[in-house]
Amino acid sequence: MRRAATVVAACALSLVACGDDDGGDTGSGAAGSTLTVFAASSLTDAFGELEQTYEADNPGVDVQFTFDSSSTLAEQVVQGAPVDVLATADENTMQTVVDEGLTAGAPIAFAQNSLILVTPPDDPGGIQDVADLDARDVDFAVCAPDAPCGAATQMLFGIVGVTADPVTEEENVRDVLAKVTQGEVDAGLVYVSDAQAAGDDVVAIEIGQADQALNSDVIAALSEADDPEAARAWVDLITSAEAEQVLTDLGFLRAP
Amino acid sequence: MSTSDRPARRPTAAATGRLPWQLLLPSFLAVALLALPVVGLLVRAPWSTLAQQVRDPEVLQALRLSLLTASTSTVVCLVLGTPLAWLLARSTLPGRRALRTLVTVPLVLPPVVGGVALLTVFGRTGIVGGWVYEASGYRLPFTTAGVVVAQTFVAMPFLVLAVEGALRSADPRFDDVAATFGASRWQTFSRVTLPLALPGILSGAILAWARALGEFGATITFNGSFPGTTRTMPSAVYNALNTDFDAAILLSLILLVVSVAILALLRERWLIGAVS
Repeated sequence: MRRAATVVAACALSLVACGDDDGGDTGSGAAGSTLTVFAASSLTDAFGELEQTYEADNPGVDVQFTFDSSSTLAEQVVQGAPVDVLATADENTMQTVVDEGLTAGAPIAFAQNSLILVTPPDDPGGIQDVADLDARDVDFAVCAPDAPCGAATQMLFGIVGVTADPVTEEENVRDVLAKVTQGEVDAGLVYVSDAQAAGDDVVAIEIGQADQALNSDVIAALSEADDPEAARAWVDLITSAEAEQVLTDLGFLRAP
Repeated sequence: MSTSDRPARRPTAAATGRLPWQLLLPSFLAVALLALPVVGLLVRAPWSTLAQQVRDPEVLQALRLSLLTASTSTVVCLVLGTPLAWLLARSTLPGRRALRTLVTVPLVLPPVVGGVALLTVFGRTGIVGGWVYEASGYRLPFTTAGVVVAQTFVAMPFLVLAVEGALRSADPRFDDVAATFGASRWQTFSRVTLPLALPGILSGAILAWARALGEFGATITFNGSFPGTTRTMPSAVYNALNTDFDAAILLSLILLVVSVAILALLRERWLIGAVS
């Protein structure tokens, strides 16, 4: 949580810095232009960190993020939202945008994410293992089945044999995490990277078969991008070795 | 809405000339802004799948939940809000003005903020909710009762303000007369004040019901979304938006048609009867 706050603060600071830049420094290309990036909420911290690298390499370009459920974002792109780059937490969701012919070039997988069980630090439900979701009468949150994290959760529950109903199906993985950190539920299924981002605000419990329900994070520049070069540059950064380091440090797995 | 037998004033000759364009043009724009989105829903609706969608158990479940919770919230608003409106309109309670401001806060609060605020009080770790959970293991969020609480929170101001307005415009001398005949304050309220304010109470109740039916932000923030317990129609629309825009349109239309039909029915049966 503290980490997220730092990232937000950093973003806010960099926005101010960009605003100041607009007047004087007109280094390369489109000065004062904005790159709009829609990304799965699980990518909040990773993209926030990489924003600084990008804005240092591309002076005058201000990166604006919207983080939400991949399926929400993909639907907004299909409905004509003015977006330059889309990053989704699974391939199926990206495919809906590809099918509409809205991507510039084939989407590139740049990371994978596996699921993990998290509980509040005091573990009010007494949960030691994913099987406790069934065995004990606990309140837990998952992603809605339409969201990539929800699809992976359903698959994983099928594998490990959990049949209990959650108390809520949230639209994106960060909402699941928030319900856990707020202490409103006893447990939630989130990505490893989300658990890591939450730090001491949650206790993470690994799930043995989680590697059988991985989601691939994919990114694509969109054909309607205002500045295709700036969009390309963001895709190049996210698929670079530097980004891979940032992503793996945050708990993501390498792309297959 | 007038309760007196005075006939409504007819426009005089001077007021019936040509309509001024300064009034016509903005009115036309207002109607366009209000009506076009509804037309958009009608035009874009995938009518061919309507019959199938209406029979979808999940849709029916969400619709039933929406009608149940909105109606329950309205009853709660009536039971708690009508006395409050009376206090605001008729009593000499000190601090009434501050109280009225407090009542209107949910009107200006973004519903999502309302949901967060409800969590801080009634959540499992909230000020009241935490204590209740410790003592009994009961939690309000993620339950149908939680949906009712969120809807009541956003709908109550509509009822209170409408009823207060009705009480203010009703002639308080009727109350005085009742009192001179020896009626207690409670008798005066229940036998005289309340019947006189009935049209206002009914329209307030309908406003509150409509607001509760459309409630989304506070509900999803406070209760999350799960089919059958907390996924009301607006939440179902939001859920459908992620995957199927057409389904979202149909769900919206179903909610629209059902609510308009119910309102029209109530108007026919209650409001007209109550006024005349």
